[in-house]
Amino acid sequence: MNHPTMTHPVQAAVAVAMPLQPAQSAPRCAPPWRAPLLLLVAGLAACAAFPDQLGLITRIFITGLFVLSLDLVVGVAGLATLGHAALFGLGAYAAGIFALHAHADPLLGLGVGIVAGALTALVSGAFLLRYQGFTFLMLTVAVSQIVLSLVQKARNWTGGDDGLSGFAMAPLLGRFAFDLEGKVAAVYSLVVLVLLFYVAQRIVQSPFGLAVRGIHENRARMAALGTPVFRRLWLLYTVAGALAGAAGALSAQTNAVVGTDSLSFALSAEALVMLILGGAGQLTGALVGATVFTLLHHTAASINPYHWLFVVGGLLMLVVLVPPAKAWAWLRQRAGGVR
Amino acid sequence: MNTLFNILIDGLAYGMVLFVIAVGLSVTLGLMRFVNLSHGAFAMVGGYCAAWLTREAQWSFWLAVPVAIAATALLGAVLEALVLRHLYRRKELDQVLFTIGLSFVLIAATNAIAGPQVQLIVLPPLLAGSVDLGFRTLPAQRLLVIGAGLAVAAAAAWTVTRTRFGVWLRAAVDHSGTASTLGIPIRTVQCASFAAGAALAGFGGILGAELMPLEPYYALKYLVLVLVVVAVGGMGSIAGSLAAAVLLGTIETASRYLASEWGSLFFFVAMAVLLAWRPNGLLKR
Amino acid sequence: MSGHAIPDTLLDVQALDKRFGGLHVTRNVSFQLRAGDRLALIGPNGAGKTTLVNQISGVLEPSAGQIWLRGADVTRTSQAQRVRAGLARTFQITTLAPHFAVQRQIELALFEREGLTGRLWRSIDGYPALQAEAQDILARFGLQAHAATATQDLAYGEQRLIEMALALALRPKVLLLDEPMAGVPKGDGARLLAALDALPGDLAVLIIEHDMDLVFRFANRIVVLAEGAVLADGSPDEIRRDPRVRAAYLGA
Repeated sequence: MNHPTMTHPVQAAVAVAMPLQPAQSAPRCAPPWRAPLLLLVAGLAACAAFPDQLGLITRIFITGLFVLSLDLVVGVAGLATLGHAALFGLGAYAAGIFALHAHADPLLGLGVGIVAGALTALVSGAFLLRYQGFTFLMLTVAVSQIVLSLVQKARNWTGGDDGLSGFAMAPLLGRFAFDLEGKVAAVYSLVVLVLLFYVAQRIVQSPFGLAVRGIHENRARMAALGTPVFRRLWLLYTVAGALAGAAGALSAQTNAVVGTDSLSFALSAEALVMLILGGAGQLTGALVGATVFTLLHHTAASINPYHWLFVVGGLLMLVVLVPPAKAWAWLRQRAGGVR
Repeated sequence: MNTLFNILIDGLAYGMVLFVIAVGLSVTLGLMRFVNLSHGAFAMVGGYCAAWLTREAQWSFWLAVPVAIAATALLGAVLEALVLRHLYRRKELDQVLFTIGLSFVLIAATNAIAGPQVQLIVLPPLLAGSVDLGFRTLPAQRLLVIGAGLAVAAAAAWTVTRTRFGVWLRAAVDHSGTASTLGIPIRTVQCASFAAGAALAGFGGILGAELMPLEPYYALKYLVLVLVVVAVGGMGSIAGSLAAAVLLGTIETASRYLASEWGSLFFFVAMAVLLAWRPNGLLKR
Repeated sequence: MSGHAIPDTLLDVQALDKRFGGLHVTRNVSFQLRAGDRLALIGPNGAGKTTLVNQISGVLEPSAGQIWLRGADVTRTSQAQRVRAGLARTFQITTLAPHFAVQRQIELALFEREGLTGRLWRSIDGYPALQAEAQDILARFGLQAHAATATQDLAYGEQRLIEMALALALRPKVLLLDEPMAGVPKGDGARLLAALDALPGDLAVLIIEHDMDLVFRFANRIVVLAEGAVLADGSPDEIRRDPRVRAAYLGA
């Protein structure tokens, strides 16, 4: 309903104050299925082109999903966290324990992992999201280290420092057994990644996503618009936890083993590095960063593990000093593109 | 009773090491709002220098340590002046990324120069033995660490409250914009305090070499502990860092003695409780 | 208590008091706003005007006193709850999402007003009625040429316009304007002044302003705040003639 007193007098006054200007076309979101579809095509092509590297490719898909979930928290909501591995690791352990003790069906296990990740985020978020900035960051570290300690202590369930193993996955959908070459694992991981990527896109492009992005850019403004800031962030964190849990479940199922490194600070830090490398906030950057970093690590891992640190350390410093966006623009100019 | 005494002494020593390493980072974070995740590398460099000087160059411990600290200070000053100060205006995530990258490079360089094995600092006979206090004997090394930590705390407090540099430092931390208009040489204050922080980290790396072994991954391995001390103590608060380090160091030591199968659970629970109770630092409201 | 029993009292501030440690920034402030009021809050710098508005809007919690909004006690409620109860405010320092397109920033206010920000699935481009309303608001403020421009890329005067547009998009019953003309050069303020003139008649408005021409043109009531306390409260003529006010603030 319009305020009848507002239309004419303001327009009249405005017309006096300045001549009528044409309307600029409205901002529009890209179709949410476009990037996931491209990803599906590229992923399948990679699987077909490198059939002997399916283990690595599967790892890239799973890492991509994990960093995607991190992007929701860090890039979209603006909450820098170094404890995201807790959500991944608990999803992995939940799926592994479920396969070992209850049922070996992969999709059920995936569901269990998703629920585990979401629940962990729900419970920890209720505490964590009352804080901001550096305090929030350090508390995420505390929570994930506490989770790690508890998992190490509960040896009977988790295998402690030795890890959880001895479970074998049943065939996917009852028909596709996990083969030694890793074909089923790769396609399974890719499809889950593509579907959850699509879900993430829709969430970011929804009114909820807009509000969360608003909270990221200016919390005071959102409070002044009547947004229940804590509730929105809590829901976002829980959704991100679900995605991280899914990634963890995939990791457990495709590797048939879960180790305490899936809960480590190093994993959280690595994921954050991958995200910043690829560009936070756009979702696609998460996938780019995960791919580039994992490929680099893999190629350099065969060489001296310390020398690989030279490469990645130098790359990180370079990326900060010369941001990729500027590098792309410079490249385009050199190639004769339009300014 | 015996165990309690051991816990207190070892906890205090561990806390002092954490304090000496962390205090520089706390001041840098509070002063320049610069997230320097390569701080752990300074502790590593100081320890490595002392190890090389005492072992390879066969210098006396009492000469090697000040020289190692000075070398670390120099490294810090050079890095700050040439590279890091250009990042002060950048986003925090950019600073995180850059300094992690710098840590990686320093780790790789350390390995390339000195190899992956643990470096040992040769202690003089005076420190290798025990000191008899009458009712107990203490390892001399523990006594040195505790004494050094207290000395650093006292010196830092004296510098901050009684010297002109300290006044400049406090002004720059609290009101950096106004400070420069008042004629305080901000760049000098920043570079000097960064170098001092690096020097102290190097000192801490030397003091803690027994508890935290010197190997190339040192730069990142103990970073979390240092960040925890800074967070709980409050950015920019020297007294807060001391209180947090001693408190958390004692809790960690106690849990290692009494409940080792629980890992670092109690340390992080204590940290979460303290930080949730006092988000701005132990001694600030 | 008095005030809130009268049906058309939209805002009732009762004995509001605020201390920061030893600093007493709000001293026993009381006043009411009714529909159609145009109340100007004036006073020297440091008098505590913005602090008072912060307490009314929920950014700060008062040390003592009560705030009643449309008959309900909102003293201990959150900012978001007060907005849903019909309160809106602008900020003295422009507070916008810097990278949001202008139209998106307005749309966000509309989504929030309609309670849609809990929806996770339908795209923001799938609400044509709200998009049309956002474009309408932009047109009313003469900003339709900047629909896709990032808010941080706008001229300062235009950003102040968005501040006001956002508050009005919420369709409040009570509007708090914290120095809407702050930082806007005299010549650029025409659209802002036009927007002020065109505010709905039944809206209760409290405006903090330093520009006395604007105050006497716009306000039908003036409250003078000095050192956190109400020095005078009355019609513009009464205030103009009040010797205490002239001594403390208006000068000769």
